[in-house]
Amino acid sequence: MDWLNSILQGVLVGGLYAMFAAGLSLIFGVMRLVNIAHGDLVVMAAYLALVVTQALGMGPLASLLIIAPLMAVIGYGLQRWLLNRTLGDDLLPPLLVTFGLSVIIQNGLLEIFSPDSRKLQAGAIETATIPITPDLSIGVLPLVQFLVAVAMIGALQALFYRTAWGRAFRATSDDQSTVQLVGVDNRHVFGLAMGLSLAVISVAGVFLAVRSNFDPSMGPARLIFGFEAVIIGGLGNLWGTLAGGVVLGVAQAIGAKIDPGWQLLAGHLAFLIVLAVRPEGFFPKVQA
Amino acid sequence: MSGAFTITRGTRVSRILAVGAFAALAALACAPLWAQASSLNLLTQIFAYVALATMWNLLAGFSGLVSVGQQAYVGIGGYALFALTIVGGLHPLVALVAAGVIGGLIAIPVAGLLFRLRGAYFAIGSWVVAEVFRLLASQISSLGGGSGTSLPARIVTGMADGRQAREFMIYWTGLALVMVVLGLTILLLRSRWGLALRAIHHNELAARSNGVEVTRIKLLVYVVAGFGTAMAGALIFLQKLRISPDAAFSVNDWTAFVIFMAVIGGVGRIEGPIIGAILFFFLRQALSDLGSVYLMMLGLVAIVIMLRAPRGVAGWVADRFGFEPVPLERRLASSKPNIESKPESAHV
Repeated sequence: MDWLNSILQGVLVGGLYAMFAAGLSLIFGVMRLVNIAHGDLVVMAAYLALVVTQALGMGPLASLLIIAPLMAVIGYGLQRWLLNRTLGDDLLPPLLVTFGLSVIIQNGLLEIFSPDSRKLQAGAIETATIPITPDLSIGVLPLVQFLVAVAMIGALQALFYRTAWGRAFRATSDDQSTVQLVGVDNRHVFGLAMGLSLAVISVAGVFLAVRSNFDPSMGPARLIFGFEAVIIGGLGNLWGTLAGGVVLGVAQAIGAKIDPGWQLLAGHLAFLIVLAVRPEGFFPKVQA
Repeated sequence: MSGAFTITRGTRVSRILAVGAFAALAALACAPLWAQASSLNLLTQIFAYVALATMWNLLAGFSGLVSVGQQAYVGIGGYALFALTIVGGLHPLVALVAAGVIGGLIAIPVAGLLFRLRGAYFAIGSWVVAEVFRLLASQISSLGGGSGTSLPARIVTGMADGRQAREFMIYWTGLALVMVVLGLTILLLRSRWGLALRAIHHNELAARSNGVEVTRIKLLVYVVAGFGTAMAGALIFLQKLRISPDAAFSVNDWTAFVIFMAVIGGVGRIEGPIIGAILFFFLRQALSDLGSVYLMMLGLVAIVIMLRAPRGVAGWVADRFGFEPVPLERRLASSKPNIESKPESAHV
């Protein structure tokens, strides 16, 4: 029953990893950009939530009403004024510029908020559980987090395949020059995609902040978790990122159960095994 | 007209600079005569960073393998040095070379995994690998686990006769290391593999269809980088005398700073990392008291350079004045003075 409990927790944590992964996958899908600052932006959203909840006395989830649009605007601006200039055939500029951004965000947070770890208080929901059997119960907060991840990925999927925005995203992804012929401004489309990615990130950041302690240095590890979930799930598949997140979460839970020092290692090993055995991931995008 | 043109690689500037470089090398080799211990220490650190940045540049600048995980090999080199001297009883200098070989050997299976990832995903994958080695190192209880260990006094004192001899030895090892790394890189890039690398850089598909064995050449480069980076790592921790997983596999110290040097100096140019490392150390001496603000400034400078002068200081000088200090390509030159033709291919 102990093991079942660990695995269940792992599955639910997988929802959070899927949120990291969805934002990463989205911008890679639309503009082939890998954002090294992704994890640091998650942590930045967590700190924004801290500021908003303290200043306005809102609950963490309610604070998303402010933070998500704010992060989306930041994302749009970042893409239009900085990252669009780096896109092209050369791999280095976008990687190095986002790497520089990562250093700036990390040290900026350190400068403003100090290296002390913080946590967001969400009240009674944090400790509430749903009993399943006498030995097994599910925490309400992890469950909400998982369901939000599922809903978010469902919404992104619908946006991509059912709306005009989604058509523009997919068309730009397929052929950047042709979309311009039919009147799509790809610079604007890229801005929208980054804005959307940062809105997704802000939800992940708030759940991260409620779930556990956070500090300015933990961004890179969030980038790595998201990246591993993307590769395990299969590049270019949004539902795959959920599967990837769950695999990663379960692997870490099993590792932690064996030895606390093995938690992260087990997750990385799961990723490396998938890379060795099935490099296209479990649910690769179907090639047209 | 036949006979009026010859194929050369050197330029007048490159020959003058080569003479200058030999003079500088001679001065550096004699540095124990004229420099204080603290200066030797600083110079050794610069040598190690030039070696690291040159290896990163070989990967990212010349071979399109952008890695943010080279701290894996710094850590492997450092830990190999400690293990081989403490457990294996080797002399530190022997252990340093052996650490390089171990780094090169480990690079082979790692490449097998990482080469499945393309472009930017290769970069983050390399970071995951570095994390795996960091976590593994913290499981080695005989080397202090997560808190690390110091090099025992008997090994340190057994290295050479007296403190000064030891400091000189570490300094000359650093100088030799940077010569080996630079020499190896220049030889590699001037060989037919170097030509193949340039072909891959310009158009991988076309290179492949002309029979260039892209994967094998990239593997060769990755292994050479693992070798050089691990030796630099061994030197760094021989100098520090203390190792821990977080210090040995630090992404900030061994990758962020190294990338910064390569970017300001000039990615894809031999002299770039040397210029970058010197500039970096000047900035560090002047500004490191500012702490995290200093790091933010480094990030900002790297972004601005990448956007405004993506070929760095060395590239800017080369474009502006036509300097080619370390020419890698052959060019058609008139045997009459003052009529030098353009290089056969523009360096991208």
